[in-house]
Amino acid sequence: FPGLADVSISQDIPVEGEITVPVGSQSPDDDYSTLDEPVKDTIMRDLKAVGKKFVHVMYPRKSSALLRDWDLWGPLVLCVSLALMLQGGSADSKDDGGPQFAEVFVIIWFGAVVITLNSKLLGGTISFFQSLCVLGYCVMPLTVAMLVCRLVLLAGAGTASFIVRLIVVGAMFAWSTLASTAFLADSQPPNRKALVVYPIFLFYFVISWMILTFTPQ
Amino acid sequence: VGPGRAGPGAVGLGRAGADTVSAPAQGGGSAVIDMENMDDTSGSSFEDMGEMHQRMKEEEEEEAEGEAGAGEEEDGEFLGMKGLRGQLGRQVADQMWQVGKRQASRAFSLYANIDILRPYFDVEPVQVRARLLESMIPVKMINFPQKIAGELYGPLMLVFTLVAILLHGMKTSDTIIREGTLMGTAIGTCFGYWLGVSSFMYFLAYLCNAQITMVQMLSLLGYGLFGHCITLLVTYNIHFHSLFYIFWLVVGGLSTLRMVAVLVSRTVGHTQRLILCGTLAALHMLFLLYLHFAYHKVVEGILDTLEGPNMPPFQRVARDIPVVSNAVLNTTAKTIALTL
Repeated sequence: FPGLADVSISQDIPVEGEITVPVGSQSPDDDYSTLDEPVKDTIMRDLKAVGKKFVHVMYPRKSSALLRDWDLWGPLVLCVSLALMLQGGSADSKDDGGPQFAEVFVIIWFGAVVITLNSKLLGGTISFFQSLCVLGYCVMPLTVAMLVCRLVLLAGAGTASFIVRLIVVGAMFAWSTLASTAFLADSQPPNRKALVVYPIFLFYFVISWMILTFTPQ
Repeated sequence: VGPGRAGPGAVGLGRAGADTVSAPAQGGGSAVIDMENMDDTSGSSFEDMGEMHQRMKEEEEEEAEGEAGAGEEEDGEFLGMKGLRGQLGRQVADQMWQVGKRQASRAFSLYANIDILRPYFDVEPVQVRARLLESMIPVKMINFPQKIAGELYGPLMLVFTLVAILLHGMKTSDTIIREGTLMGTAIGTCFGYWLGVSSFMYFLAYLCNAQITMVQMLSLLGYGLFGHCITLLVTYNIHFHSLFYIFWLVVGGLSTLRMVAVLVSRTVGHTQRLILCGTLAALHMLFLLYLHFAYHKVVEGILDTLEGPNMPPFQRVARDIPVVSNAVLNTTAKTIALTL
């Protein structure tokens, strides 16, 4: 447009007009595309995301999927199932021997919050909910251990069952700790990894101890 | 969107700006816009948007009241400037300012709380290990104030470790808790001791003119719990009463001596030193005694410890039965005691 090169607008002439921003035709479709889909699609999408994260916990590799799209569905389901299975482990119904549902729930969430705050204070680059998500998902091996313990206890409560339970819980505890450190320790400065790993170790140790000392009525 | 008047609007700004700078008396009836705020950068700062928003509100009220002919020229120019932003622009600016203000205040209150504690967590693992070992070594120089590291990571981790050890101990013994839960009791005891005794000792130090801050007191007492952790870890698994007393005196004594020496080095006056150190030593050692005995159901009396090594070790009725671990540890301890 060579003719426009020397266009000058006189300052006395008011410039008038209407400014309308053309609304893109894609955005209404995008807005409605997830609202109009059937409920089954929405649920399946969420379930697939949760399932993918479970697979990441089973085979801990350095992937950012667990961190990028965090969600707390998995931790909630795991926490509730673990607390339900741990309930009623007291030898005497009068005494408050075994952990109650609320106790396990509070331990898991309070412990996860403390570990997250600790890693943030030590200079971590991970956000609050990402850390909660990772810690919650890594409770999965311990939930599996609880299932196995309950099944073993159905067979009997002798020395052999104790040894089997000890081995299973120990292995799952190591797996949980390794899985969560694989995700969380990367966000720390390299010389402070031990400071972050130790509270995670304590946290899973307490949960493993509750699982191991569970005796049904 | 109303008509945008770029030309006279811009010039109007300049002219009005020149007017206000050169002749402030020409302000007249309508309020004079302070043109210093109308730079290019003013749109990006929320305070400026807020001020502009405020002034625009006042302008609206003034316009609504009386459109006298005297202020018409300024109104015309002002309308031009307002036309520049436009009605829509004003509303958008208004909304953005309010949302931004809310977000900023929320974020500030959240992050300000964490950042207060951040300098106390600035440690390296080597430092933590060194301080843990140092907490068992009494210092010799008490004439010179000893340095206390005001760090909270180590003490916090030690308190949590103590909670975990107490849970382990309560499970392997016959602890009956009537109200409350195991975890609640353990957490309450440990944190209550750490925070409560620290505050009490800080108060006493304030009375006795000792030079110590609250964070230093928390740190000192927290690291003193390292001895407790070691003692309880060993004696909850090997149930020998005499072993516990040896550990209580040696390990507990060493950590108490260290804390006492550090406090003494920071206090002047014999009476004050005596008060402070006596209280701290008493509370520290009594806490270890309490942790050992209160969480154990004593079946037989303390008479067992007065017998010789030929007596069988103290039998506890475990509510829940990790039979193998206890039996193995007890038999090894018994054989060691018998061979000695």
